[in-house]
Amino acid sequence: MASEILRTENFPSGIASAGLGQIERRIPIDEPPPLPVNSALQVIGKPVSRQDGRAKVTGGVRFTVDVKLPGLLHARILRSGLPHARVRAIDAEAAARVPGVRAVLIIAPKDAVLRYAGAPVAAVAATSAAVAEAAVRAIRADYAPLPFVADLDIARRPNAALVYQPGEQPSLAVAEIPIATGLPIAGNVRGPETTGGRGDIAQGFAQADVVVEGEYRTQTQTHCCMEPHAIVADWRPDGLTVFMSTQYTAGVRRELAREFNLKLSQVRVKVAAMGGGFGSKSQLSGYGRFAVMLSRQAGAPVRLVLDREEEHLDTGNRPATWQNLRIGARRDGTLTAISLLEYGTAGVGVGAGVGNFAQSLYACPNFASAQNDVFINAGRGSPFRGPGNTPGAFAMEQAIDELADKLGFDPLVLRDRIDPSPVRREERRLGAQRIGWDRRHKPGTDSSVIKRGLGVAQSIWGANVTTNAACEVRLGRDGSVEVLSSVQDLGTGIGTILAQVVAEEFGLRPEDITVHIGDTEFPAGPPSYGSQTTASITPAARDAAWRVKQTLFRQVALTLNADADRLAARDGRIASLDDPSRDIGFREACAGLRTDQISAVGTRADDYGGFRRKNGDSAGAQTDLGGVQFAEVSVDTETGAIRVERVVAVQDCGRPMNPKLIESQVQGGVLMGISYALLEQRVMDQHTGHMVNANLEQYKLVGVSETPPIEVIVLENYQGQSATDAYGIAEPSNIATAPAIANAVFNAIGARLRGLPMTRAAVLAALGRLPQRS
Amino acid sequence: MFDHDRKLAVSRRFFLRGTGAAAGGMALLGDDRAAAAAAANEPPISGPGMVPLTLNVNGRTYDVSVEPCVTLAELLRDGLDLTGTKIGCDRGSCSACTVWLDGAPVASCMLLAIDVGARAVTTIEGLAHGDTLHPVQEAFIAHDAMQCGYCTPGMVMSSAALLERNPHPAIEDIQAAISGHICRCGSYPHIVDAVLAVSQTRKA
Repeated sequence: MASEILRTENFPSGIASAGLGQIERRIPIDEPPPLPVNSALQVIGKPVSRQDGRAKVTGGVRFTVDVKLPGLLHARILRSGLPHARVRAIDAEAAARVPGVRAVLIIAPKDAVLRYAGAPVAAVAATSAAVAEAAVRAIRADYAPLPFVADLDIARRPNAALVYQPGEQPSLAVAEIPIATGLPIAGNVRGPETTGGRGDIAQGFAQADVVVEGEYRTQTQTHCCMEPHAIVADWRPDGLTVFMSTQYTAGVRRELAREFNLKLSQVRVKVAAMGGGFGSKSQLSGYGRFAVMLSRQAGAPVRLVLDREEEHLDTGNRPATWQNLRIGARRDGTLTAISLLEYGTAGVGVGAGVGNFAQSLYACPNFASAQNDVFINAGRGSPFRGPGNTPGAFAMEQAIDELADKLGFDPLVLRDRIDPSPVRREERRLGAQRIGWDRRHKPGTDSSVIKRGLGVAQSIWGANVTTNAACEVRLGRDGSVEVLSSVQDLGTGIGTILAQVVAEEFGLRPEDITVHIGDTEFPAGPPSYGSQTTASITPAARDAAWRVKQTLFRQVALTLNADADRLAARDGRIASLDDPSRDIGFREACAGLRTDQISAVGTRADDYGGFRRKNGDSAGAQTDLGGVQFAEVSVDTETGAIRVERVVAVQDCGRPMNPKLIESQVQGGVLMGISYALLEQRVMDQHTGHMVNANLEQYKLVGVSETPPIEVIVLENYQGQSATDAYGIAEPSNIATAPAIANAVFNAIGARLRGLPMTRAAVLAALGRLPQRS
Repeated sequence: MFDHDRKLAVSRRFFLRGTGAAAGGMALLGDDRAAAAAAANEPPISGPGMVPLTLNVNGRTYDVSVEPCVTLAELLRDGLDLTGTKIGCDRGSCSACTVWLDGAPVASCMLLAIDVGARAVTTIEGLAHGDTLHPVQEAFIAHDAMQCGYCTPGMVMSSAALLERNPHPAIEDIQAAISGHICRCGSYPHIVDAVLAVSQTRKA
C-alpha cells in the first residue's frame, strides 16, 4: 500500500445545509475523479424508483421460498420440546421407512445436550412437505430432562440451573461482532468484558457535581422477517448450488466451501430476492448446513423453509439486557464519568454487550464498563439492526435526558455542550426546527388526562466498509450496459443504486442499466449487514464503470479527433468538453467497439483519508454516522396507552444516493423502533422454558394503525472518502427511536419508564396507578 | 349451527391425519363417514386422498387434484406455480397471502382449496390487465411502497380491493383495509401514500 502511486484531487466537503467547502485528498492514481455534489449530478442523489418495483407489485419476483427444481425434496426439522435435556436414545429407522423419505439426518445423537426448546434434533428430506412432517413425527427420541433456567435474573442467582456445566464451552460464533475471548465463566455468567475503558472512573465521579443513576431493562426482540429463513440446496457431484435467503451470498459461499471441503469454484450461492433479514440471515447457520447435508445424502435438491414458530425460536434474536448506568457531570453539563454495569442474555450464545454506545457517543474523559453475558435456556441471540447500540441507547439517552433535567438544561442545550459531533449538531438544529421543539413544555406540566410530550434522542453507528467488495460493468456493442456483483438486495434497493451509479458515469438513464446481483458467479460483493453495503459496493461499481468508460473514450477520441481526457458522457451522448459540436451518440460510439463486449471489474479502495480501524476485510471510516430523532407522544393517563403522534428523523449517510429509497428505509427503522419501544417482547414461560408467543398474533408488531407521520431529513454530508462518498443508513435509523419515545413520555407525564416495552401497565405503574406486581 | 360446525371441524381434523403415511387405511372409514353424512343429509365429505377440483383463478379454469387438507395458498403456490401469493405465518395473522374471492380479500392460508367452490379467485398475478397495471400497482412503484417486497402482493390485493369498492378512500379507510397486514420493513407510510394518491387522482 505504501508504494501506491497517488495523485491529488479536490473533493466537495461538509454538510450541504451548513455550507460546503473543499478538501484535498491524495488518492490512488487509478481511482475515478471526484464526484461532484448531488445537485450537479443527473442520476445519483435523485429519487429513482426501484428497478424491481414492477416485479414486486405483480408477484413476479422469485424469493428463495419460490424456487422450484426438478426432483425437489422437502425437509423438516425435529426440534426439542424440552428447554434442557440430554438425548438418551434416538431412533430414526421408522422415519427412514416412511414412503417418500429420501434422507434422514441425526443432528443430536445419543448423549448430545439440547439447551433450548426448539433446538434441532434431527432432519428429514422427503418427496413432499407432508411426508417429511410425518417422518419427523416417526423419529423416536428419548430425552433425559435437565434443570433449566429461562430468565435473565434467575440465571444470575448462585443456585441457578446451569446452562453449561463447568468445562463446557458455549460457541462464540457471532457474525461480524467482535467477541472477547478468554473471559471467565462463573455459573451462568460470562464476563465481565471491560472493552473501551478510559481514564479514572473513581476520580471522574469525585469531580462530579451531579450524578444520575438508573437501572434499565430491555427485552428480547425477534427478527420476524416476513420471508422465513429458507434454503434450496442442490448437491451434485460437480459442485453445490444453493439458493438461500441470505444477507451475504459471498460469505455463505465461503462457509459452505469450508464446511464441506469444496473449492470456492465448486460452490454457487444465489438469492434473487430476499424477504428481510435485519441481521438474522447473516450466516449459513445450522438449518443451512442441514439442508446441504440432506441434499448430499439424497442426491437430490432439498428445500428447507422454517415455519413461523421456528423463526421465533431458532433464528436469532436481539439479546435482553439489564443495565445500571451512572453518569457524573459538572454543573455546566461537562461529563466527568460514565459507568455501565450490564447483564444481558443472548440465550445459549454470547454477544449481549451494549457498551459501545455509552463509550463513544459523548465526550467524557472517564469511562468504565462491565458487560456480562448471562446464559439462559433459550435460542441463541444474533445481530439485530444496530446490535448493542439499540438497547444501549435506550439507557444512555434517557440518562442524558435525566441529567439535563437535573441540571435544569434543555436536553438539546446539554447535548450541544457534550456532543463533539458537528453532524449531530446540525441534525439537532434541523430536527428541532421541524418538530417545533420550542413548543416543548416542562416535564410533567401537562394537566390534561391525555398528556402530550416531546422527546429527543441521538445515535451513533460506525460508518462500516468492507474492502472485499467487487463489481463488474459490461458494455456491449449495442450500447447495452450491465452491472454485476454477488451483492444481494434485502429490500434496500441496492440494485437500483448500482444502476444509478453506472448510469451517471455513462450519461444514461438508470433504466438503461441491467442489474445482475445476488449470485456468486459474479464478482464478490459485500454483505448486507452492518450498514455497509452502499458504502462498500458503490465505489466499486463506479470504479468499474469509469474503467470501461476510459476504454470507450479512447476509441471515441479517435473517431471525434478529440482528447480522450476531455470527453464527457451525458444525456445519451459523448461530447468533447473543448468543442461540444464534436459529439456522438452513446450507442453509435459503442458500435465501434473492437469486441462484442468490453468489461472491467472495480474494487473498493480504502477510504481516501484512511480508515480509523481495519481488521482483515472489515474497516470503519474516520467519522461515525450520527442521527437525531424527535418524537411527539400522547399518553392516556387513564388507560396507560402511549401513542406516538409524530417522529422527525434526521440522519446522516454521507452522500445520499437515492432519497426515495432512503426515506423508505429510515421510516422502516423508526417503525421498528416504535415496535421495540411499545409492543415487541419474547415471553418465556419460566415453568416450561417455552416461548409462549412464538407467532405473529401474540408477538406484537407495529402495524399501520400505530404508524405516525414520520418525517425524514437526510443530511448531504461530503467528506471525500471514496469514489461515491456514500455510507449506510439501515441501522442508524433504528437506534434513537425508543429512547426518543421514552424521553417524550417523560416529558408528557413527568415519570420515567426504564423498561422495554413501555406497556400500558408500565405507564400506569409509573404513574402510581397500578399495584406493583411481585 | 354449532353441531354442524363441530362435525365439519372433526372432518377436517380427520383429513389432516389422513395426509400422512396411513392415508390408505383411513379410506374405508372415510367412505363410511361419507355414507353416513349423505344419509343424514349433511354436506358431502371429501377425501381422504386426492380430490378432483375445478378452480377459477385469474379468469382461467384449472382442473386439479388435491388432498383435502391443502390450503388455497398452498395450491396456488405449489400446484399452480402462482408464487406471487406469499405465506408468512400460515395461520391468518400476517395477511401476506391475501387473494380475492369474488373480489373480496381473504387470507388464502386460512381457506381449504376444496372450500373455494365456484368463487372466482384473483391473485396478484391476475390483477393487471396484460401490461397495464392496476393503478394501485403503479402507485406502489411511484411511492416506493415496498422494501423487501414479501408482504407487497398481499398489501396490493387489499389496497386494490379497497379501491374497487371505494374509489376515494380516506386515510382511515386505508388504514382499516391494511390493518391486518404486517410489513416488517415498515413501509406503511409509503403504502398509505400510494393508495391515497390513487384515491385523490381519480375523477370524482
